[in-house]
Order: sequence, then structure tokens, then C-alpha cells
Amino acid sequence: MVLALSATLIVIVALIWEVGWPGVSEWLDRRRAGRERIPAPDYDPGREQRAENRARQLLRSCVSEEEWEMYRDLGFIRVWGGLPQGADDRPAAGGASYAYLVYPHRPLLAYLPQTRELLGEYCVDFPDETRPYGSDRLPDSDDVLARWMALTADERRLLASSNLHVAGRQVDPRRATRDLWRLEEWERRRMRRAGGESPAADTLPAR
Amino acid sequence: MKPGHGEVLLAEGDVEVAEDEELLVAEFRRQIDAGMWAAVPTGSGAARREAIMVSSFEEVPRDAERVIFFPRAAGGS
Repeated sequence: MVLALSATLIVIVALIWEVGWPGVSEWLDRRRAGRERIPAPDYDPGREQRAENRARQLLRSCVSEEEWEMYRDLGFIRVWGGLPQGADDRPAAGGASYAYLVYPHRPLLAYLPQTRELLGEYCVDFPDETRPYGSDRLPDSDDVLARWMALTADERRLLASSNLHVAGRQVDPRRATRDLWRLEEWERRRMRRAGGESPAADTLPAR
Repeated sequence: MKPGHGEVLLAEGDVEVAEDEELLVAEFRRQIDAGMWAAVPTGSGAARREAIMVSSFEEVPRDAERVIFFPRAAGGS
């Protein structure tokens, strides 16, 4: 009887040790390092969705109707470049204009609309240092809005703040090529709906 | 206005009213001092739209409906 009780007691102690030791060990480590546990806010999908909905409304109120529909349907916005020497400081081939594909939380992808040639990726972030819920990541549509505003307001300044990489580093060139094709198809459909003619790939916006 | 998870509306008022303008100027400075960029969206309707960057309250067009503050750009990886 005593032997059986002793064996049970030993098993119970061993189990408690096994379960409790990692927590005790972590607490001891933190105590030794003089660190306090910082409570991390729980991820709340409802809160994130509400923030994204607000962001979409704000974006919609700022960009043009065409840009909004482009973002809603395709997930990115095309912004035409405005620098005379082109996005990559080389003379634009054949006078071709250039543009950017603006994705949320991805580099700005510069390309030549006439040839679909990818010029480069401008890696830039807009970190929200106030970290309202433990993360500096803006909602997707807020990130697109920040990129759109910075690009249309002061393209040179934004490019100077970014890191330039060759195309294909973060945005898969196959995806980019597919997105350019989707954009052309989308524009054709939109023009057909509007009762106009199909636009060419290099159609420039009215300035 | 400010994007993100926080309250979108930071301050509002009529620049023609002195008290409101003081409030708007104070909030503008607070945001700029916090390292934010400020932009004013321009254009309306289906026309091409863009934004203008402003670094002081005096640069904000008097007829601007809103100023949007957003985090300063930083080079990504």
C-alpha cells in the first residue's frame, strides 16, 4: 500500500515538474535578464476588418474612380510616372512613358507599359511607429493610400527614400506579367462598358 | 485625418474661425513633430487625382477639405 502510494506520488511530482518547469524556467530567465513581460494585444480579426473597411473608404475618397475600381477589382493601382528621365534614370526607350504597379505592402513595381518591360522594384515601407495594436503594419488600403499620395505628390522624394532592386526580387515577374495582362483586359472591358473604343496598352491618362 | 487603426479624424474645424484654426494648426504641428508626412488630396469626380505634400500649415490650400497624415516612408528590404 505504502509502496503504491509512494509510486503514485512520484509520478504526480514528475508530471507536475514536466508541465510546470518550462514556465518556471522562462520566468527565471526573464527575472535574471531584468525584463518584464509586455502584454501583446490579441489578434482581433473583427478589429482588423473594421480598420480595413475604414481604410478602403478613405482610399476611395482620395483616388479617382478608375483607380478605385482598379484596386477593387485587381488588388493594385497603376500610377503613371512623372519624372522626365524615367524611374530608373535611363532615357525612356522610344519616348515610352513609365508607370508603377502599387500593391499593398509590396515594392513599387516600375515598368514600361508599351513593352511590359519591368524596370525595377522600389522597396519602401510606411511603418506606423505608434504601433496601436502591437504592430507597425498599416491596413492594406491605408498602405496603398500612403504609397499613392507619396507617389503622386513627390515621386522623387519617395524614390529617394526607397531601396531600388532589380525586378523579380520580391514580386514574382510571372505574377507581374500576369497582372499587366489582367490590367489590359480590365481596361478593355471597362471601355467596352463605357461604350468607347478599346484602349491600347500605352494609353496615357489625361494630365 | 490619419490612416491606421486609431481614430481617423484628428481634428476638424473652419479655418475662417480663429479658434478652429488654432486647433487645426496645433494638431498639424503635433503630427509633423511626431514624424508624419502630410498630404492634401486634390481633384474631384472622375478626373485624374493626385496629392500635394505640405510641411507647414501655411502650405495647406485654404479651400482644402482635409489633410491626411501618414507615416514617413522608410526604405524597405
